[in-house]
Amino acid sequence: MHYSIWSILQQGFRGGRGWVRAWRAPVPQKSYDMIIVGGGGHGLATAYYLASQYGITNIAVLEKGWIGGGNVGRNTTIIRSNYLLPGNEGFYELSLKLWEGLEQDINFNAMVSQRGILNLFHSDNERDAAARRGNSMILHGADAELLDAAALRKLCPFLNFDNARFPLKGALLQKRGGTVRHDAVAWGYARGADRLGVDIIQNCEVTDFIIKNGCCNGVETTKGKILANKVGVAVAGSSGRVMAKAGLRLPIESHVLQAFVSEGLKPILPQVITYGAGHFYISQSDKGGLVFGGDIDGYNSYAQRGNLPVVEHVTEGGMALMPMIGKARLLRMWGGLMDMSMDGSPFIDRTPITGLYFNGGWCYGGFKATPASGWCFAHLLATDEAHAVARAYRLDRFKTGAVIDEKGAGAQANLH
Amino acid sequence: MIINHPLLGPRDASEFTYLGDASLLMRPNSDDIDAYHDYIHLRDNPDGLHRELWFHEQGDRSWLVITRNTATHEITKVELARKT
Ligand SMILES: Cc1cc2nc3c(=O)[nH]c(=O)nc-3n(C[C@H](O)[C@H](O)[C@H](O)COP(=O)(O)OP(=O)(O)OC[C@H]3O[C@@H](n4cnc5c(N)ncnc54)[C@H](O)[C@@H]3O)c2cc1C
Repeated sequence: MHYSIWSILQQGFRGGRGWVRAWRAPVPQKSYDMIIVGGGGHGLATAYYLASQYGITNIAVLEKGWIGGGNVGRNTTIIRSNYLLPGNEGFYELSLKLWEGLEQDINFNAMVSQRGILNLFHSDNERDAAARRGNSMILHGADAELLDAAALRKLCPFLNFDNARFPLKGALLQKRGGTVRHDAVAWGYARGADRLGVDIIQNCEVTDFIIKNGCCNGVETTKGKILANKVGVAVAGSSGRVMAKAGLRLPIESHVLQAFVSEGLKPILPQVITYGAGHFYISQSDKGGLVFGGDIDGYNSYAQRGNLPVVEHVTEGGMALMPMIGKARLLRMWGGLMDMSMDGSPFIDRTPITGLYFNGGWCYGGFKATPASGWCFAHLLATDEAHAVARAYRLDRFKTGAVIDEKGAGAQANLH
Repeated sequence: MIINHPLLGPRDASEFTYLGDASLLMRPNSDDIDAYHDYIHLRDNPDGLHRELWFHEQGDRSWLVITRNTATHEITKVELARKT
């Protein structure tokens, strides 16, 4: 069924009885052309673009839980393309362009809201760094504006400009950045892929890879053996434990990142604001909740929940930046698994095992990457060649020295 | 998380900074490029028991090797770190 104003009106008159399931619940076939492991945003987008761009439709997406139960439904929904390094910026700008056309493409309202994102700075040196980043963005076809303190005050008069430790001197603004309703991204891609013939199989955990003579021919699952010529893994925070089943050690550690939502409030926050110095970022959802978070907890974890010191630290950051936040009550908090890579950048690459492909290392920033990650992983799976904007995302880059370290933090996964 | 320091007794984890897998104590010879690459960049990253290095930065500045379950955050063993 095509979703439109007409389908809503028509269903309204019929009492909504004609709505059909957005995607099927198929029994897995014995074999497919390709298997995608992981039904998060990246896995579903990969399947959708394989079907829509490359005409490969005999595909299964295998998800151990339910669609949208992983990070794609746990993140704070920020999209942006404000990266500095050439290996990254072209990729994230492609992603932002794909977000801009996504809803028409998949016929699903994902509430893409380009409300703008502000990165605050507090000193002359930080302003120079912001200007350099902005120039890099513009050179890659993205948009960027440097705001001084007066211009920032016009946009956000409620910020604590005269903080003694980190006074606000201005911000780098990307107007095309913003937020997207995360669950709708999972559902929209799932429905889009399903309509093109992709089998989305939930409650189907991949327990092992079938590997013979260095060649992967399929997977073992909780629903039995499923064969395929190519297997693409996109399991985000579970990358370490899943790829270990294929005998691979990765340049990745799994960490926990927490997020918080306040009770619903009247509109007070027009943009997304990131306050790096205070380890804090915030936006306001369309329902009115303040959605905010900070840094990862910092220790290896597969627990999908964090500890209290970080809760205190994040809320302190919020109070330092916008003291009015102290009046809001916290409604919900949760944690998700971060596949933190050794240079803070992702991987979209072949593995040493023929037929086995890997997509991961997204750290805390993979939601914005969802469309381009699917686009480029589909390209790799279909053509066996890296997409032009994802060429730097190689698994062997630490051996060759071609690391993409935006923060310059070195091989310390919890500092990226 | 509460870390039961072998010398100081129970301390809050926020007094510590985290380095990572305790196998980092076993630094290979830097002439062996492949082994050195693996040492610096690759991790076992297990789901379950993990031996890991914590530094008591806001305390006695000792290095500890802690055995902790990454699936539950339960700490089962705390020792002073030693070169092996
Ligand atoms: C609190 C929080 C805030 C964040 N905020 C942002 C943000 O504002 N902006 C941004 O860009 N990014 C953000 N991120 C990061 C982003 O959410 C992730 O990088 C991204 O969602 C990861 O890709 P995914 O959607 O494919 O992951 P997931 O949705 O986690 O998908 C992976 C799937 O693989 C499945 N799986 C695992 N093991 C198996 C198995 N053995 N067999 C079958 N299936 C398996 C899992 O169940 C899961 O559904 C945030 C993350 C968190 C946790």
